[in-house]
Amino acid sequence: MAYSDQVIDHYENPRNVGKMNDKDDNVGTGMVGAPACGDVMRLQIKVSDEGVIEDAKFKTYGCGSAIASSSLVTEWVKGMTLDEAEQLKNTSIAEELALPPVKIHCSVLAEDAIKAAVADYKEKQDKK
Amino acid sequence: MDISKNFFELFALPVSFHVDLSQLSARYLELQKALHPDRHAHLSDRERRMSEQYTAYLNEAVATLKAPMSRAQYLLKLQGFDTTGESSVAIDPMFLMHQMELREQLEEVPDQADPFEALEELSDEVDSILKQLRSDFDAQYAAQSYDQAVATVRKMQFLEKLSVEIENLEDHLDD
Repeated sequence: MAYSDQVIDHYENPRNVGKMNDKDDNVGTGMVGAPACGDVMRLQIKVSDEGVIEDAKFKTYGCGSAIASSSLVTEWVKGMTLDEAEQLKNTSIAEELALPPVKIHCSVLAEDAIKAAVADYKEKQDKK
Repeated sequence: MDISKNFFELFALPVSFHVDLSQLSARYLELQKALHPDRHAHLSDRERRMSEQYTAYLNEAVATLKAPMSRAQYLLKLQGFDTTGESSVAIDPMFLMHQMELREQLEEVPDQADPFEALEELSDEVDSILKQLRSDFDAQYAAQSYDQAVATVRKMQFLEKLSVEIENLEDHLDD
C-alpha cells in the first residue's frame, strides 16, 4: 500500500514532536492506544488563560499514518479554542491526509487523543 | 476431520489457556499424516481440494494454539469477544504512560554505552510483564471474568508488538 504525499511529508518532517510537563496546570495530556496494532500516542496542549491553545506537542509510536495524523492535529489545533479543538473530526484528518480505508482508525486515534487532552486540561481546571 | 469443531476439540485438548505443547504437536502430526495431499494421488480433484482445505485449516489451528497471544485471542473469540480488529478503545492511561516510557527506552538503546546490555534489560522487563499478563489471563479466563480477560489481552497486544520491535533492534545491532 502506498502512502499519500501528505502522509509521507508529515512522517518525514513531523511537526511539533516533543513533550510538555504534564504537571503544569495549563497543560492537558491525552494518552491513547490502539491495541490491535499496538500503537501508542501522546498529544499535549498548552492553553492560555483565555482558553486558546497556544502550543501542541505529540509523540507517537506507530505506523506512518498514525504519526502523520497526530502531527497534523498538533498543527491544526494551535490557535483554536478548546471548543473548536474538541469538535475536530477524524474525517477531516483522514481527508486531508488521503488515508485509505484500512488506515482510517489512525485518524480516529488522533481525534481521541485531542479529546483526551482537552478533557485532561478541563479536569485540572475544575480541581483548582 | 470435522471442521465444525473448535481448534481445541480438533486436537482433543481441553478448552483452556494451558496447552500441553507436546500433545498438541503429536496430535497435529497424526492429523497431518492422515491428510497430506501427496498420499491421495488417486483422489478426484474435488477430494484433493477438500484435503488441501483441511490441511490449511489444520495449519491455522496449530499456529493459533501454539503462541500464547493468538491462543488467548482465540479463547476470547470462542466466548464472542474479538480483540484483534479493535482500533480505539479506552485503555488505562497509566498503562499507556508506561508503554510510552518503554518505547522511549527502546529508542534510546542504540545511544547507550552498552546497547546490548540496555536492550537485554529492556527485553527482560518486557518478558516479565508478559509473563504476569499471561498468568492474569489464565486466572481470569478460568474464572469466566471475560471483561477482565479482554482488558488483559489488549495489554498483551501492546507488549507483543514491543517484543517484536526489541527483536528487530537486536537483529539490527548484530549487523
